[in-house]
Amino acid sequence: MTPFTWNLIADLREMWSIPLVLNAFRAGTVIGVVAAVVGWFMVLRRQSFAGHTLALVGFPGAAAAVWLGIGVTVGYFSSCIAAALVIALLPAAGRRGYREESAVIGTVQAFALACGTLFVSLYKGFLGGTTALLFGTFVGISARQVVTLAVVGVAVVAVIGLIARPLVFGSIDPDVAAASGIPVRALDAVFLVVLGATAAEASQITGTLLVFALLLLPAATAQRLTARPGWGLVLAVAIGLITVWTALFIAVYSVYPIGFWLTTIAFGLYVLASAGAAIRDRRGSLARASERDDRYDTAPSVLT
Amino acid sequence: MEALASPALGDVFSHPFMRYALLAGTAVAVAAGLVGYFLVLRAQIFTADALSHVAFTGALAALAAGLDARVGLFAVTVLVAVAMGVLGRRARPDDVVVGGVFAWILGLGVFFLTLYTTRRSGGANGQAGVSVLFGSILGLSGRDAVVSAAVALAVGAAVLAVARPLLFASIDDAVAATEGVPVRLLGYAFLVLVGVTAAEATQVVGALLILGLLAAPAGTAMRVTARPLRALAISVGIAVASVWIGLVTSYLVPAVPPSFAILAVATAAYVVTVAIPAHRRAIG
Repeated sequence: MTPFTWNLIADLREMWSIPLVLNAFRAGTVIGVVAAVVGWFMVLRRQSFAGHTLALVGFPGAAAAVWLGIGVTVGYFSSCIAAALVIALLPAAGRRGYREESAVIGTVQAFALACGTLFVSLYKGFLGGTTALLFGTFVGISARQVVTLAVVGVAVVAVIGLIARPLVFGSIDPDVAAASGIPVRALDAVFLVVLGATAAEASQITGTLLVFALLLLPAATAQRLTARPGWGLVLAVAIGLITVWTALFIAVYSVYPIGFWLTTIAFGLYVLASAGAAIRDRRGSLARASERDDRYDTAPSVLT
Repeated sequence: MEALASPALGDVFSHPFMRYALLAGTAVAVAAGLVGYFLVLRAQIFTADALSHVAFTGALAALAAGLDARVGLFAVTVLVAVAMGVLGRRARPDDVVVGGVFAWILGLGVFFLTLYTTRRSGGANGQAGVSVLFGSILGLSGRDAVVSAAVALAVGAAVLAVARPLLFASIDDAVAATEGVPVRLLGYAFLVLVGVTAAEATQVVGALLILGLLAAPAGTAMRVTARPLRALAISVGIAVASVWIGLVTSYLVPAVPPSFAILAVATAAYVVTVAIPAHRRAIG
């Protein structure tokens, strides 16, 4: 293909004439939207660690699938969803809390990765493929995979749409939600499964190690900018799409893998938003402070 | 080749690489068992997870720059550990901050991996990255093993030295602060220790798998007993036993990678405590 020119429209048209790249853009769009929506709830619920673990679990799944000769997509989905169920079921001690949960998640994650190494060593001569599974590649997404991604993506967003209201309630104050009759534990489990499916989706383009960039960062950026759920979700999706598209665009021309561009763009946006939010907060508090000063300045003059 | 084809338990120690692996592995397990207990207590497993990924980037950055991987490992993990402390409250970083930072740092790791594989070693095909991620305990030289053991023992000693105040600060930082315990300082010191452990263990079980040695033995110990000293001892015991059993298993069954065997044992210990005491509690 032709090298990069500053005529971006022509570049895009050129890029999209290659089916491989076009599929990558389609898959990236689906993943960008789904990951941002689910990620927004993940950040709200402070479940980043679980999200990260579910993403990593995709690696042994995919490695096993390669070893057994079944499709990588099947491997990603089955292992991520299975791990979601394990995490949802295991800390049955309930409110003993976060400590116990973090030990469970950490153990699940490390063991899953260890299984990945076992499968890789059982399937000899797979090292280059290992790097692709871990760090992602945008080549090799078939049209059929895009359809699978889209179907799962629609299902995930539909489930989230159905449980969105009680989920927000249950995330912000689980005790009050439980008291008002919301099945908090069932919701937790459903959300974990949805998170697993999303992580499996995103793994296929970002690799299992970098799913986090798409799951966490757009959502965290959006929550820095606005606390309102509706706007936050829209913003997260927009940031997710911008990140994926820009990263794909650059990756087509660059020797460095897409994972690097994805994480860098997503993190850059997050830092910008954090800086912006910090400045806004400071201005707000300064304005309030100066108002207060004005009041105190005038108060004595009234007295005298 | 003969010895590898039919390995016998008796000559585990006759190979220098096994002796080095056992030496370094034991020392790292002791450090991981001690640090892991406090990580679970402080609910900072996620931080350790992040730091172990950071170790990956550090090692590859050093390789890409043509330095010894160990320099990059220690420098980068300790630096990031402190930085995460600065970003968090009372030197306990927030999970979104941790996640955001390490997602990006992993991305950088991929960048260095590409840089390294394209510039320095034409046909290595990601081998370096994979061995940093999953460890190469059987490839340690005698010097590596001694250095690893020394660093790990220093970490262990440091943890024990601050164990009492750290325990207090971990359980109730507000009360500890009013009692004059330097909570913030301890938080930073602990993060540095976690960073060093992660960097250290990267060479042994790999950047991705150290989390298992940190989380599983400590989690198991906390399920078995609520008493801190006993829990620390159990945590160390399980970690060391995991490394030994894992190494010997992988020696006897060459198809099983040592990292997998080590973590399988640690995980099994955890699963057993989840299954058994719950049953006992139901009766009692």
